[in-house]
Amino acid sequence: MKSPVFFIVCLAVAAVVFVFGLVLKNDYFFFAGYTVLQYVVLATGWNILGGYTGYVNFGSAAFFALGAYATVVLHKVLPLPVPLLMLVGGVVAGLVGLGMGYLTLRLRGAFFAIATLALAIVLQTLVVNWDFVGGSRGAYIIRPNTLDVAGLQIPYIEYLFGLMLVMAVVALTVARGIEHSRLGFGFATIRDDEQAAEACGVPTLRLKLYATTISGALMGMAGAPFPYYIGYLQPSSAFGLEYAVNSIAMPMIGGTTSWAGPLIGAVLLGSLQQIATVTISSAVNLLIVGLLLTGFVIIAPNGILGLVEKLRGRSGGSVRRAIADNTADPAPTQGAAR
Amino acid sequence: MGVSTELFVNAIIAGILLGGFYAAVTIGLSLSFGILDIVNIAHPAFIIVGSYIAYILNVSFGIDPIIASIVALPAFFALGMAVYQLYYSSFEKYGQEALRGLAFFFGLLFVTEVMLILVFGVDYRYVHASYIDTTLHFGFVDVPLRMLIPCIAALILVGLLILYLTRTFTGRAIMAVSQDQGALQLLAADPVKIKRIAFGLSIATASIAGALLIVIQPVEPSVGREYIGRIFAICVLGGLQSLPGTLIAAMLIGVMESMTATFYGPSWAPAVAFGFLLLTLALRPQGLFGR
Repeated sequence: MKSPVFFIVCLAVAAVVFVFGLVLKNDYFFFAGYTVLQYVVLATGWNILGGYTGYVNFGSAAFFALGAYATVVLHKVLPLPVPLLMLVGGVVAGLVGLGMGYLTLRLRGAFFAIATLALAIVLQTLVVNWDFVGGSRGAYIIRPNTLDVAGLQIPYIEYLFGLMLVMAVVALTVARGIEHSRLGFGFATIRDDEQAAEACGVPTLRLKLYATTISGALMGMAGAPFPYYIGYLQPSSAFGLEYAVNSIAMPMIGGTTSWAGPLIGAVLLGSLQQIATVTISSAVNLLIVGLLLTGFVIIAPNGILGLVEKLRGRSGGSVRRAIADNTADPAPTQGAAR
Repeated sequence: MGVSTELFVNAIIAGILLGGFYAAVTIGLSLSFGILDIVNIAHPAFIIVGSYIAYILNVSFGIDPIIASIVALPAFFALGMAVYQLYYSSFEKYGQEALRGLAFFFGLLFVTEVMLILVFGVDYRYVHASYIDTTLHFGFVDVPLRMLIPCIAALILVGLLILYLTRTFTGRAIMAVSQDQGALQLLAADPVKIKRIAFGLSIATASIAGALLIVIQPVEPSVGREYIGRIFAICVLGGLQSLPGTLIAAMLIGVMESMTATFYGPSWAPAVAFGFLLLTLALRPQGLFGR
């Protein structure tokens, strides 16, 4: 399937979801659905760097917060419509991702992971001390109740939900497009054996910088409408650890080698958390995420997708499956040689 | 003498005492991350568990927290060996440590924190010991015993570890395993066993570090997060494999943080270590004392 076709199919599915929500006539569906969709975008963004290239980013919350705070700043200086705010948030987070990658990607992978953790704390400290965006007290964003489109009064939450739906479709199309392009194959070579890739003439640093930029931009775009959704943005909520954990756990549980993995993980885990938050408690729901993450990386290293492929057997192997298998069982000698 | 000079001297002394404590917190990571190449980002979680065990023993039996942590040492050592075994058989054996190993430790960190929240709640807990409320005065210099005793305990811990790693066979084997596993195998030492012992030691130090932490400040489950970046910053700054380097880097970060808190306000202090870390990674990734 070509990317434009895929995009249209996804949009059609999205339209069905939206109409389903309208038929339900339940505001909670839109509130909960927005959060799940936001996680779809975050997880897909994370997976472009983490799943395709194999570099772990612990600072998803920082990129998310960059998008959110870009919105807060613009809301005070120059109020723009939300789709433009998402674009701005994406550009800001993408640039930070690029700079971040430039600083650390020439080092071993672990340093990048640690540096992303550090980035999140440095940015949070800056925001806490920056009075213009409310400092540690937080900032209020008064959102209108409805949005006027050609005389039609649309409830604002439905508008935000729709935007995030489109954003999720865009993120999935980008991820799938990358996966089937030369860029995606380049990413996969870095993940499998960076030295060998470098030796074969793959421009690894440049590819990694593309990955951090795209990944950061998508996560920033996921965060940009957040202040309008929540109404009151605090550093501790924008930089919440649950974003970092979820954006790692969701692709890991779904499967990291394909665009469908983060989608499956985000929809399953996101809905599960929405239900657990309402029925049990928010601490227990975080415990579930943590346990699922550790359990899955030990027992099912290729996530749900890996389990499905295993069940379907190895018949009719595609390129993607071949790549996935390659990462699944590398030669045991590799570990011993280190 | 002016007030600012007094502030300055006090800030430096406080920073050095704080730095000694940071060394105890980081030394375990220098073992696991620096020497064994295991990116154990869950290390602060083990430290917080150490704090809570010291707290329980202190509150229910009135044992001094630092002595309580020494009592708990064997349990932490065993826990560390078990975690390494799981890590080895699930990830390291297959060369999967880069992505999944990191995610594993991240999950561990998270699960530990949430479990502690579920069991103890988010209230701050503190311990009782005779020395906690005493402060020594030397002229205008204040030295609270609450800081001095953890610093001394930390220096003893670091000293003992350095002696162990340089004087005993197992200790030298631990240093060797980071450089050449094949050569170690030729000497008929099992690298996996050596690493298991080393990781056990690394987690064992978390017991003591945890007790020192709860002596210095009240503890709640999410306190550990602040330490993730700080200990990695110290570890990298100290040159990863060098334990004396870790000590010096810890003192440096301690002094910088204390000065920042004194002159710019405590809300800026967390950014010091992380800013340092980013700078080190960008300019001198082998650390100040790296090879």
